[in-house]
Amino acid sequence: MPVVKSLDDLKKIREEALEKRKLKATSGRAQVTVCMGTCGIAAGAREAMTAILDVIESESLSDVVVKQTGCVGLCEAEPIVEVEITDEPKVRYGHVTPERAQQIMREHVMDGEVVEELVIQS
Amino acid sequence: MREIALHLLDIAENSVRAGAETVRITVEEDLANDRLIASVEDNGSGMDAETLARIADPFVTTRTTRRVGLGIPLLKAAAETCDGGLTIESKPDEGTRLTVDFQRSHIDRMPLGDLAGTMLSLVIGFPDVHWVLTYRVDDETFIFDDEPIKRELDDISLTEPSVLSFMRGVLEEGIDSIRQVD
Repeated sequence: MPVVKSLDDLKKIREEALEKRKLKATSGRAQVTVCMGTCGIAAGAREAMTAILDVIESESLSDVVVKQTGCVGLCEAEPIVEVEITDEPKVRYGHVTPERAQQIMREHVMDGEVVEELVIQS
Repeated sequence: MREIALHLLDIAENSVRAGAETVRITVEEDLANDRLIASVEDNGSGMDAETLARIADPFVTTRTTRRVGLGIPLLKAAAETCDGGLTIESKPDEGTRLTVDFQRSHIDRMPLGDLAGTMLSLVIGFPDVHWVLTYRVDDETFIFDDEPIKRELDDISLTEPSVLSFMRGVLEEGIDSIRQVD
């Protein structure tokens, strides 16, 4: 049976993450939730999720928590992504393509500017 | 849905909603017998016989936000079109196992798709669930089990960029190392 990458890599990752945490207490500043019911998945929610994770990786964002939830009853607006920045009201975005997901990550999550044209009513 | 991996994501979401602590996803490509078999097994709340009997009815769903559930009926129809089928075994308080199989070479079989993306999405989206992927192509097997990773990381977030890169790398390399062209 093939063996996956060594856990030694993880030890190193953990040490580096702990070191970074010492320098900057930033855990969980923003929460990004992707609606992943059948309707969301069929409309491209997984691709939106992948785009969000790509930005976290490429921009080295250590303060973002990503979660999933089920259908929120707005199937026609899927894929839906919700962004919550500490102490600010939750913002719900609809029709989130991978490109729009990246835009939301850069403008809202990183720069704090809500992407008004993509916001949908709750 | 246009990929088997997307259906697996959808079914696994049901497992999470059923309170599963462990979800095992298995994909097996049997080239000699020309079958592609996928299953999702959980230790969630399970279903009684009455619910189980109606599971492929599109007008039966456990969700409360709408009254139709199309995931399983459409997957069942897609499998049957490809000389295969879909079965569900379930016991209340013990769990559920859904298995779907296809004639692998059937012209209408949907592609397996982005299995790594599906697993990454589940592991990140539901960090409290224990996820295991077994991907087998004939005699070669790749297993991804997130438990040792979480144990090693302890309280480090799975969305830490370096952790994400690690998991993506493990999944993509492992799957690609044995995958055959669809």
